[in-house]
Amino acid sequence: MRLKRKDLLGIEELSREELELILSTAASFKEVSEREIKKVPTLRGKTVINLFYEPSTRTRTSFEIAAKRMSADAVNISVSTSSVVKGETLRDTARNLEAMRPDCIVVRHASSGTPHMLAGYVGCSVVNAGDGSHEHPSQALLDMLTVKERKGTLEGLKIAIIGDIAHSRVARSNIYGFTKMGSSVTVAGPPTMLPIGMEKLGCKVTSNVEEAISGADVVMMLRIQMERQSESFFPTVREYSRFYGLDERKLRKAKEDVIILHPGPINRGVEISSEVADGRYSLILDQVTNGVAVRMAIFYLLLGAAKEEQA
Amino acid sequence: MNRLVIKGGRVVDPAQNLDGFYNIYVMGGRVASIKKAEADTSEVGEGVDVVDASGLLVVPGFIDAHVHLREPGYEYKEDIETGSKAAAAGGFTGVMCMANTRPVNDNESVTKFILKRAEGQPVKVYPVGAVTQGQKGEKLTEMGELRAAGCVAVSDDGVPVVDPGLMRRALEYSNSFNMPVITHAEDKCLVGQGSMNEGFVATRLGLKGIPNAAEDTMVARDISLAELTGCRLHVAHVSTRGAVELIRAAKARGVKVTAEATPHHLALTDEAVAGYSTNAKMNPPLRAREDVEALRAGLKDGTIDCIATDHAPHASIEKDVEFDKAANGIIGLETAFSVLYGLVEEGALTLTEVVRAMSNGPARAFKLEGGRLSVGTPADIAIFDLEKKWIVEPGKLKSKSKNSPWLGKELKGVCVKTIKGGAIVHSRG
Repeated sequence: MRLKRKDLLGIEELSREELELILSTAASFKEVSEREIKKVPTLRGKTVINLFYEPSTRTRTSFEIAAKRMSADAVNISVSTSSVVKGETLRDTARNLEAMRPDCIVVRHASSGTPHMLAGYVGCSVVNAGDGSHEHPSQALLDMLTVKERKGTLEGLKIAIIGDIAHSRVARSNIYGFTKMGSSVTVAGPPTMLPIGMEKLGCKVTSNVEEAISGADVVMMLRIQMERQSESFFPTVREYSRFYGLDERKLRKAKEDVIILHPGPINRGVEISSEVADGRYSLILDQVTNGVAVRMAIFYLLLGAAKEEQA
Repeated sequence: MNRLVIKGGRVVDPAQNLDGFYNIYVMGGRVASIKKAEADTSEVGEGVDVVDASGLLVVPGFIDAHVHLREPGYEYKEDIETGSKAAAAGGFTGVMCMANTRPVNDNESVTKFILKRAEGQPVKVYPVGAVTQGQKGEKLTEMGELRAAGCVAVSDDGVPVVDPGLMRRALEYSNSFNMPVITHAEDKCLVGQGSMNEGFVATRLGLKGIPNAAEDTMVARDISLAELTGCRLHVAHVSTRGAVELIRAAKARGVKVTAEATPHHLALTDEAVAGYSTNAKMNPPLRAREDVEALRAGLKDGTIDCIATDHAPHASIEKDVEFDKAANGIIGLETAFSVLYGLVEEGALTLTEVVRAMSNGPARAFKLEGGRLSVGTPADIAIFDLEKKWIVEPGKLKSKSKNSPWLGKELKGVCVKTIKGGAIVHSRG
């Protein structure tokens, strides 16, 4: 089996079958990370370029480790400026990288749509590691894998996603992913952070956090960017924390066996209280572990499996 | 003295309610007579050039009230020569060029430079002067001198005049020199970091939105000021249903307001942005279906006086970049009529409505000569083959820049000849 597509740009365009294939492949790769020698030769001779236009520790490291555990060569490029500031078109950047014959470019960019533009310029695979406020498909896949491990299924689950929905690529990818897998998703946050037409993505929308959490199987908290305060999306961090942050009291509205996810890095005491972040419901570190497995699966299904089938 | 006859074409001249088969006789650069083709038995004399227009559409040369020719200062995007050639290739015989050049056209020396460079070009170039010095929104330009040098209107297009008090003075002052103020109606605070229309498409694509209110509130303000002062206001590139309603109501009250819409706002919705096409990025942004419908209705009932392209050439370095970093605007001169003819074929607009808004509409709004084919007017004429299809390809475009959302698309309606002052300035087989 493999993905019949060149790139992984978003969850929106994936079918349920494709999601299931990635999740089951990821589950089978988890064991590699538990071995004494954490490496399989599957992608030997493949080159992966991690092209990160935004600072990222967790995601970049996770993609790098995933590539290395599959025996691919991983090269990290951190770029602090956009193509405009550099005075080079994206097309030129893409063609220069492609001239070095990579098999895959993993790209993270603050501008929505940049991986899609790159994918149009190059013949190799492009994996979206987060584009602006658009999508973050590998994050959604690792979230789904984490929930599936704990709950056994994603069918019929009630998922609450809380926080800055407007600027969240994690929210969009998870809305697509969980709804395709049969969960129902409710998003909640301050009205200033709930963009027009969000419900057309297939989720319920409310500005009442407790309503969203009520009866939830999964509560996913989003990181709040402190600079949004100066943009008047909310008046103060203190007020945000009180009405939109997650604490033990709000969490009591959820199901008994609720689990808490957070894409990290967390602002303790802002969108999530420390007791919740460190509490028994929190699967935040499982998410990080699963991130490697999901990214190994992505590389395998885009770069590796095709060759095996031909052989 | 040149003599020319354009024979047997279907002449559509909304200013005279003409739609039929006529022969147009041109002498000394002006229309000498128009005769019904079937009844015309006159012999073509010696030395008279004949253009056989049978099977073709003959219309008044179009006037574009809103183009960016980029010279002086941004010649890597376009210059007056390439922009003029692009205009002629689209059937235009006159263009009004915006002041946001480098330096800004805010004094007579820049105006004179533009007009000097426009000499001998295939279209008439009507410069638009800036409202404020350097387009900074602080001090009025010397509008009397701009007018004397050849400007036909004033505008800080690209940036709004933020200070309402200054806008009031601009209306009052420019009016005494018989120039309307063209408003780029946009509240930058409401626009924020927006890079496309606010709505579901923006939400789905994760792009920040620009609400209709950013345009509506400024149109409402400027109409109030035009009403207060009794002076002429022209609203550039109307894109929202709210603005259409405001302008319609203002006209009904007798406010001296005119308005334009672009071919792209009449033809496309924000769905065109899907796929992050930077050639669908412009300001104001492509809007929702309801807005497009309102613009078309506004064009039909006369609320929208003109179709103007807002021809905005940009180079690859400004367009082949991240969507939210890409420059706003698209080229439009060479595709305008074909795109609009597509709407005619769909039944959304009539040919008369399109031709009126591209000829007589702008001529009346800015009191320019032409825009009609009556006897004695300049022989500015465009001839189209409505049956002929063409594919928009970079190599075919006269404009230096190729930033068009119609690249690679097939359009119907080719400008086969453009005639300015009785001389053929563009010809395509």
